[in-house]
Amino acid sequence: MSQLLLIVTVAGSRVALPAEAVESVVELDTLIAVPRAAPHIAGLSALRSRVLTVIDTVTALGLGESDCSDGIREAAVVEIEGHHYALIVDAVEDVVDAQSDPTPVRAAMGEGWERVSLGMVETEQGPLLLVDIAALVDGNGTELKAA
Amino acid sequence: MDDLIADFVAECREMLESLGGEIVAWEASPDDRTRLDSIFRFVHTVKGNCGFFEFPRLEALSHAAEDALADVRAGRRQPDAALVSAVLAVIDRIGEMVASIDEGKGIPEGDDSDLIHALAHNIPEQTPAVTPAVEIGKAPATQPSATPRTIRLSVELLDRMMSGVSDMVLARNELARRLRETANDVTVDGAFERLSGIIAEMRDAITRTRMQRIENLFVALPRMVRDLSAELGKQVMIDIDGGDVELDREMIEMIRDPLTHIIRNAVDHGIEKPADRLKAGKREIGFLTVSARQSGNQILIDIIDDGKGIDGKKLVEKAIASGALEPAEAGKLSTRERLALIFEAGLSTAQEVTAISGRGVGMDVVRSNIERIGGTVEVDSHLGHGTRMTLRVPLTLTIIPALTVSIGSQHFAIPRSAIDEIVRANGQSVTLESVGGAGVATIRGRRVPEISLADVLGVPSDVPDEERTLVVLRPAGGDVYALAVDRIHDHEELVVKPAAPAVMATGLYAGTTLADDGSPILLFDPVGLAEVGGVRLEAQERSARIAEADTSARIRDDNVLLFRGLGGERRAIRLGLVDRIEEVARDQIRDTAGHTRVQLGDVILPLAGATAIGDAAKVRVFRLNDGNSEMGYAFAEVIDLMTIDHEVIAAERPGEVAGVSLIGGEPAELLDAFWLFANHLGPRALVDRPSRCRLPDDDPWMQNILRPIVEAAGYEVVGAADECEPDLVITTEGDPVEPAHEDRTIRLRAERDGADDNSIYRYDRAGLLLALKAASAGGRA
Repeated sequence: MSQLLLIVTVAGSRVALPAEAVESVVELDTLIAVPRAAPHIAGLSALRSRVLTVIDTVTALGLGESDCSDGIREAAVVEIEGHHYALIVDAVEDVVDAQSDPTPVRAAMGEGWERVSLGMVETEQGPLLLVDIAALVDGNGTELKAA
Repeated sequence: MDDLIADFVAECREMLESLGGEIVAWEASPDDRTRLDSIFRFVHTVKGNCGFFEFPRLEALSHAAEDALADVRAGRRQPDAALVSAVLAVIDRIGEMVASIDEGKGIPEGDDSDLIHALAHNIPEQTPAVTPAVEIGKAPATQPSATPRTIRLSVELLDRMMSGVSDMVLARNELARRLRETANDVTVDGAFERLSGIIAEMRDAITRTRMQRIENLFVALPRMVRDLSAELGKQVMIDIDGGDVELDREMIEMIRDPLTHIIRNAVDHGIEKPADRLKAGKREIGFLTVSARQSGNQILIDIIDDGKGIDGKKLVEKAIASGALEPAEAGKLSTRERLALIFEAGLSTAQEVTAISGRGVGMDVVRSNIERIGGTVEVDSHLGHGTRMTLRVPLTLTIIPALTVSIGSQHFAIPRSAIDEIVRANGQSVTLESVGGAGVATIRGRRVPEISLADVLGVPSDVPDEERTLVVLRPAGGDVYALAVDRIHDHEELVVKPAAPAVMATGLYAGTTLADDGSPILLFDPVGLAEVGGVRLEAQERSARIAEADTSARIRDDNVLLFRGLGGERRAIRLGLVDRIEEVARDQIRDTAGHTRVQLGDVILPLAGATAIGDAAKVRVFRLNDGNSEMGYAFAEVIDLMTIDHEVIAAERPGEVAGVSLIGGEPAELLDAFWLFANHLGPRALVDRPSRCRLPDDDPWMQNILRPIVEAAGYEVVGAADECEPDLVITTEGDPVEPAHEDRTIRLRAERDGADDNSIYRYDRAGLLLALKAASAGGRA
């Protein structure tokens, strides 16, 4: 099957998101914090009169925290169960065709990556990790409990 | 085919729903041909469709019912209780089958011969189980509901439209903001205004499409009450009113369970058995009234029964026994508070647990369900005479009036319905204390738990505690607590949308919305805030109320509002006089007709205190009310709500100020309300009988132009034909003057310059008013 993939950089790694799930790629400027929310909720932002819940993907992966201090961040907008989320990414690179179905990654990944992994897909740019957007939005389960 | 089946199911559902009431009504008056016909039509339709869809079981069943009803229609058979019950049972089973088809399971296996048998034979040994227990208005009071011209739409589509329109409103707000920022082109502004208006109209319309008549909720009640009362061996008549009140579809679903529960309770616990009713001197048949009406943006639903009422004493005993109430506290409860105990968890006054209700998990769930949608439930009951339950619910859930507040640099919204009052933390009537690390605010003698928003949210704030503003919240009409925020901003009507699950998981927020400036705002859930802030609402509720009751008697009379007048004077006015505070534009205050007056909405009131008004663009005005009339009093700012606890030193001569007293440690002038009203309401307020002025009946100028002025000066205008003696007569120069009235006649002349004969030029307003005033003073003397 041929699936379109959006290649983005998250926490320094190039990964693939299913392109059909991504509505758009935007630049976030204002970010309104959500006090007391799980740490991977970076805040709220508005896009064309809609409220976006901004997900700090680095925190969601348990790899630290995104630097939002410079203001403008690139993000991929997705919709899950009627809610719109913006996933902060370092960079958006390209859209490519998947050349294989996702296959399990047999090497040991980081815990955070393990949780959001849908498997590895072959592309013309080499193998990439296909990320489960819903899992990324759900964030790190343990951190949620702690909060 | 699937589409056809879906249509069939929907049609059956609709007919079943409207049929519920018809059957019971038919039972009450079996000769009612129109009701019989509508039931017959239903089984006939079902039978017809079943043949087409090959549902043999359904077909056999509906066929049997059709036959039996056809016999009744033809007069070959009398509709007795057994037949009615059998028909009811058949319709119920058809309903079950339709539901099963809807779920895609097809028709389950089963045997219907019992029902068909019950229908077919006019069994002599009638089953005594069912007696015609319910009567619905003996006369055909309720008309069979006519089918309105409608189309069927999926609810999902409506929801999508609603959210589309909400988005549109938000997009419009954003556009409005951008238009304000950029250069203004009048044509663009005009077009935008029009678009804006259309969107508002559209939102109204869409909101209305989501509205459903509450009838949808009410139609099922007669049947439910009939079955219940039959089961309990009671006789209950139900009267339903206000079915045409409209309510948001979602809201109807939310109140369905609570309403059902209350009605079950009323029939089960409220209304007595016929024998007991007779003993109590009541009619055998219990009366249950369910009515709905709209009041502002709320819907009120009353459920009234004439049963035995709620025994407040028993409730108190139970509450003490279950540990929900301290015996010492119990004695202090008012009647209303005792009755409200019914909403405490785990209390039920029923002697024994029945299958219908009385498991003790009831009214507390009802209350929490209603409160969750921003409503309240109240109970009122007289032992032996009945109970009234009142549900108040908002019309819709999507647009919420809210107050925006800020902490640090971030804005939040609080639903206005939850706000009790707003006070300054450094005000004189407010003290903040820390008890074991917990905040306690004493506001005019009432102790309420206080939490700081900054602490709850863990957000840094550089505003010191004492400079914060306390928002006193009463979530869902229950308990109060004070929330300290940095600043209060604005009242706004917000289109609220549910926030993402991760945000809702905090328990603090009820949703998100966009402010006018396009930035997202979080809307607080006041109950969640209290929980996260560690305020125990239930335990604190009663004691807070009692404290309130104790102190209110003492301070009620001496409550004053301390304010700064326009001239900078420190003044106070009794709180009871102040209806509300309004802010008006400077140009709404004018010197007219000899008085300073202020326009508030579409009324014009005399205004006092406006001596040093200056050119401020906005002026604040107290709206004072003496019970009959109103007036305004302009001021600069409210300092605080205080009580007078020092002696009042009376002023030397009567005037605006009645005296001076120490208020909040500094002298303040206390306004003399009597003097204010006496001097600003004009002569009309002073005399019992207004002075009479006679004007010639046949002079159009007098009647059309002069008369309003004379009336405004406080005169009652009479004509020559009226018998009564006038206090003043106005004539045109040259007309004959009755000698008896010589000394109280004002003569008007048409020319500006005239002979010096005491006549007044008729457009000399000042002269005229002076003469009127002199005459009125003289007339009373």
